[in-house]
Amino acid sequence: MNGSSGMSLRNGVISSAVLLVVILAAWEWGPAAMGVPAYIIPPVSDVVREFMIMQETEKLLMHSSITAAEVVAGFVLGSLLGMVVGYILGMSPATELVLSPYILALQIAPKVAFAPLFVMWFGYTVYPKVLVAILIVFFPVMVNVLTAIRTVDPDLKNLARSFRASRWTIFRKIEFPAAMPPLFSGLRIGATLAVIGVVVGEMVGGNAGLGYLLVFGEGSGNTAMVFVSIILLTLIGIAAYLAVIFAERKVLHYLPKDNAAHSV
Amino acid sequence: MQQPRIEYKDITKRFMQNGGGEGSAIVAVEDVTLSIKDKEVVSLIGPSGCGKSTLLNMGSGLYPPSEGEVKVDGERVSGPNDHVAFMLQKDLLLPWRTIRQNVELGQEIKGTPGKQRRERARELLEKCHLGQFADHYPHQLSGGMRQRAALARTLAVDPTVLLMDEPFSALDAQTKMILQQDLAETLEREGKTALFITHDLAESVALSDRILVMSQRPGTIISEIVVDIPGRGNPMERRHQRKVADYVGELMELLHVGDQAAGDEI
Repeated sequence: MNGSSGMSLRNGVISSAVLLVVILAAWEWGPAAMGVPAYIIPPVSDVVREFMIMQETEKLLMHSSITAAEVVAGFVLGSLLGMVVGYILGMSPATELVLSPYILALQIAPKVAFAPLFVMWFGYTVYPKVLVAILIVFFPVMVNVLTAIRTVDPDLKNLARSFRASRWTIFRKIEFPAAMPPLFSGLRIGATLAVIGVVVGEMVGGNAGLGYLLVFGEGSGNTAMVFVSIILLTLIGIAAYLAVIFAERKVLHYLPKDNAAHSV
Repeated sequence: MQQPRIEYKDITKRFMQNGGGEGSAIVAVEDVTLSIKDKEVVSLIGPSGCGKSTLLNMGSGLYPPSEGEVKVDGERVSGPNDHVAFMLQKDLLLPWRTIRQNVELGQEIKGTPGKQRRERARELLEKCHLGQFADHYPHQLSGGMRQRAALARTLAVDPTVLLMDEPFSALDAQTKMILQQDLAETLEREGKTALFITHDLAESVALSDRILVMSQRPGTIISEIVVDIPGRGNPMERRHQRKVADYVGELMELLHVGDQAAGDEI
């Protein structure tokens, strides 16, 4: 029916597309019109041309694939680690009490600052990149899971206990599924952070990946190359985020769809 | 004499206050003794915080009394057991399970084979007028339907004693009456024994054989009223009886409901 909020989905898509064209046009001709040289802001056409050139000469696909693979590895391993630690700490307040000062310190420490250290340890391999990503993805996932397990309604656990459920059964049938929605909020944040972790790792020490191309472009004064790298990194981040959203829709299908209500 | 289904003997329960040392314990219930016969429905009413829910939790075996003992079918309750099941004001339906899967939860945990459990769930949902909603998720149901599903889940494990803590207090007046009717019919038909906690005086009179009145904390039983009105299985009919008003009046007196209202005026 007629959306009372002002705009239908179709109009929204059209408006977004129009806005995109306006932005691209402003990017193409705006800087030149205002006397900004191409080595500061290269026009869109230069960036597109550079993209083509990089595919030929710089093995752009290979670099992108390496970065994407590192993002996936860091995200998956960091999420799994965050989940496991979150479940354990959530179920054992004593363990959390002992570990909480260290966890807090590590959480406050800027994770990307570990990148040089990891490069010193592991050299120009994929490990430093994946490690930074794991470290940075770990916290939002762990904290969300921990809080979720802690805040499960005690009456739900008592209900399971009244059926003589074991501790493990209570975890499996009540706590684990109850923690799913907050887990996915953590995974969404983690998906975007994973890209940051990997790029920093590649920028600090590497000879492959988009982060490396970023630094290489900077060193050779190739602004268009830097732009291409940033755009591709963003696309990888969007893909990771959408993958999480897709999984979330599948897993949390039972939740009421408040947002979909207006389209009926 | 017939053995009571459930029996509280000289029960006292103290809770330690947070961070407190010795002597800072709160006495939730003190020296409570009560017993409920087979197929009897007993209501427990009293002011908020008088320890009614504490009694119920000890009956379910969720925690032990500080003194005294609870016996179900002659056995001392030392933890959750198969004889007792509870139902709360909250429906406690798991949002990720369909209504049928929620009803099956207890049997599933107890390890009943899948086919048997599905059969039982189907039968109970049919009786609770939820047959066509078996594959719906809880959020798709109204409050009254959800509480019906909770009742089906409670009955699914086939307990002899049902402990209910204000199961209908969150429902609107009409839905409440319909569910009271359903519950009374079910208890009668299945021959269940029940301890029913409520704030609603009329509800306690309509639903029970006997009413126990508790005092302020530390909660103890100050009075017992035998509801001498026929037709416990049909509360709708029972509510029309003239005696209901007399019993409600008596309960108001015992709970000093009038005094409190007057006190508020000043």
